[in-house]
Amino acid sequence: MEQFSMEFAIVIAASAIGAGLAMIAGIGPGIGQGFAAGKGAEAVGRQPEAQSDIVRTMLLGAAVAESTGIYGLVIALILLFANPLVGILQGALGL
Amino acid sequence: MNGPKILFEIPLMGGIAVTETVINSWLVMVILTLLAYLGTRRMERVPRGAQVVVEGYVGGVYSLVEQTMGKDKLGFAPYIGTLFAFSLFSSLLSLFGLRPPTADLNTTVGWALITFALVQVSGVRRKGLKGYLKGFLEPLPMLLPLNIISELANPVSLSFRHFGNIAGGMVITMLLYGFLGWLSSFVFGSFLPIFNDIPILQVGLPAVLSIYFDLFTSILQAFIFCMLTMVFVAMAMD
Repeated sequence: MEQFSMEFAIVIAASAIGAGLAMIAGIGPGIGQGFAAGKGAEAVGRQPEAQSDIVRTMLLGAAVAESTGIYGLVIALILLFANPLVGILQGALGL
Repeated sequence: MNGPKILFEIPLMGGIAVTETVINSWLVMVILTLLAYLGTRRMERVPRGAQVVVEGYVGGVYSLVEQTMGKDKLGFAPYIGTLFAFSLFSSLLSLFGLRPPTADLNTTVGWALITFALVQVSGVRRKGLKGYLKGFLEPLPMLLPLNIISELANPVSLSFRHFGNIAGGMVITMLLYGFLGWLSSFVFGSFLPIFNDIPILQVGLPAVLSIYFDLFTSILQAFIFCMLTMVFVAMAMD
């Protein structure tokens, strides 16, 4: 059971701010996947009979580009739900 | 959101915890075995009924492997087919209210390690040990640390991509249910106190959103995992 000391409050507050900052990584996949979708639409317009191949390639590229956004989400989830910093703090304070 | 619940412990070697993930994986194995058995029960030359679906799936997997890896590597198709079916059915378990096994990082790291071992062993078998080690020195010898890092980053990114998508969908669905429960007790609870416990607004909207979060994401992530496995193995063997 943690005591509600100032150190604990600072660590929890910093974790919450850090979780929010980690989600700024969501800008990258937004721009990248939008660009990929635009190129995919252009390719379909140029050659409509290759649509299923183009759509499959576009989805493949979009899902790989999403991975850095997912890394940011994993960091945010760790900070909110499985925070290791509180354990380090308790170890340092000798509780 | 918590981790998977530990349901019981096997008292060997200091208590091996059997979690929800393991139990749900057993359920997926039973489902897949049952589907395979029912699809091939009375096989005939001209397929009817369930055999059409199973033959369509196997034919699709073989044609995908041939298209992505080339005709000489069709031996990998059973592994790819199993991986795709296991990943798809594991992630689709969230449609039934169970915790999907792929929302646990252990599952996806296990599959990514199998892929990593497959890539390295295929590279060594095809090119010989010296050719495989020399491949790290291409195109420039001073890129050796970068090549090693990029080789090690592949299973990490494979596992985290799959885990992050499925676990993120699970978190969003849980938050959505919590919000709709609060909203229904806020809107209706003021004039009909019985509605404080019946979250009536939870009907409808989560089903629409789960078409993206559960159905589309599961199929896409299973497909991506298999495609990337095939591409890595094909690149290591050439």
